[in-house]
Amino acid sequence: MDTLIDNLDQILRGFSNTLWLLLFSGIFSTILGTLLASFRVSPVASLQAIGTWYVNTFRNTPLVLILALAIYVIPVLGFNSLGFSIGFRQFDTFFIVATLGLSSYTAAFVCEAVRSGVNSVPAGQAEAARSVGMSFTQSLRLVVLPQAFRTVIPPLASTYIALAKNTSVVAIFGVPEAAYVMRKLSNQYSSDLWAIFLGIALGYILIVAVISTAATFLERRLAVAR
Amino acid sequence: MRFKRTKAAFAAAGLALTLAACGGDGGGSTDVKVADNPEFDSGTTMAKLSDAGKITIGVKFDQPGIGFLAPGADAPEGFDVEMGRIIAAQLGIDDSNIEWKETVSDNREPYIKDGTVDLVLASYSITDERRQVVGQAGPYYVTGQQLLVREEDKDSITTPEDAKGKKVCSVTGSTSLQRMVDEYGADPVPFATYSECVDQLENGTVDAVTTDGAILLGYAAEDPDKLEVVGEPFSEEKYGIGFKKGDEAMCTFLQDAIKKSFDDGTWAKAFESTLGESGVETPEPPTVDSTC
Repeated sequence: MDTLIDNLDQILRGFSNTLWLLLFSGIFSTILGTLLASFRVSPVASLQAIGTWYVNTFRNTPLVLILALAIYVIPVLGFNSLGFSIGFRQFDTFFIVATLGLSSYTAAFVCEAVRSGVNSVPAGQAEAARSVGMSFTQSLRLVVLPQAFRTVIPPLASTYIALAKNTSVVAIFGVPEAAYVMRKLSNQYSSDLWAIFLGIALGYILIVAVISTAATFLERRLAVAR
Repeated sequence: MRFKRTKAAFAAAGLALTLAACGGDGGGSTDVKVADNPEFDSGTTMAKLSDAGKITIGVKFDQPGIGFLAPGADAPEGFDVEMGRIIAAQLGIDDSNIEWKETVSDNREPYIKDGTVDLVLASYSITDERRQVVGQAGPYYVTGQQLLVREEDKDSITTPEDAKGKKVCSVTGSTSLQRMVDEYGADPVPFATYSECVDQLENGTVDAVTTDGAILLGYAAEDPDKLEVVGEPFSEEKYGIGFKKGDEAMCTFLQDAIKKSFDDGTWAKAFESTLGESGVETPEPPTVDSTC
């Protein structure tokens, strides 16, 4: 227990990295995933093919492989000193590469969740949109997707929960986040293993609890009555 | 006829490969004399191991020069492995009856506690914290943390102070990385293995790799034109042998066994055939602790 209290600053720093990863990857994967879902439901065959290829490739490849590939390929291409900062918070190459890896992987799952939402919107809605003269993009943006998102809150929440836990994989790809702190403390304080494991697990549980509470709240507020 | 000749060619090639493989491991094995029926007080762990004629030793499989299992090899090689053989020999156990078990840093204590391994020799630094959980006899080797940098940086990064604000890579969870962050203000970059760190150093994404000098020398030796170990060691890591906590008899036996290897020269031979290959001189043996 003392180990946790004494090293609280390190643990919090680790979790702040975890949360930044979750935030950036969550945003990027949602944007990319929604785009891919609209590809998959679009009438254009080539776009459909791109969407299908993407989902099959990224969903079927283990996250570790995607990250390993990214971490070796991106620096070799010459991008070895990427970086940006928000306020006094610095983000380096490894953070960016990890975010890219996590986002591209999670996007495949977001895409399938959103697509299942699109399928749940009655065909009449899209037909009505078309009959008042809307283009495909307009009807998707104004009629279909808003309804789709409201029905897929639970599966999307599961995707983000999985993402929150998947961020722990980057502990071995250059980003010192919560799982990294856990391994460091467990190596340093071997007599206090249980407290360390439970303490870090509690942190992840808190993050997941926040996501699922938010999802339950939104689901109740936004559910589509059919 | 044609067919036969192809077959012969294949056989010859196969033979050549086998021979090359034999020559490949270059020395390695120190000549250790296996004790004939050594005497131990009945009921002690040593007596049990000696009677069973078998021992399981936990070593690292991914640290060249210390504990390393080459792809396709049957047994690991390195300084820790040689020390393990020396200890086993004093129990009357020969090479073929030693089971080498891979222990990564995280499972060294659990493996000792649950009896998966009898001893751990895995670049296992002696610390007060660890001695609360397991017994540690030794040290049998003292090394210290150093920095590995790219050849062109060898003049700008020489001391750990120079690494302030720089990206320093080491294995996820290691104390060396923590020391660089806490004491010298470096940015930590954790990776799963040291070789991945070295890859990142070579492609320019990190500025230095840090861990025990012994491990870094192995990597520098593989690519001397590009990589350089700089500066003096800035910590003291005392490698010890891990065993089940509270086994006083085992503690005494291991201490004596280590001292004996210093005196009869097997320790020096073990060093020369492993870590010594990278060009460092064989150091003076350390002083063994009086307690475990």
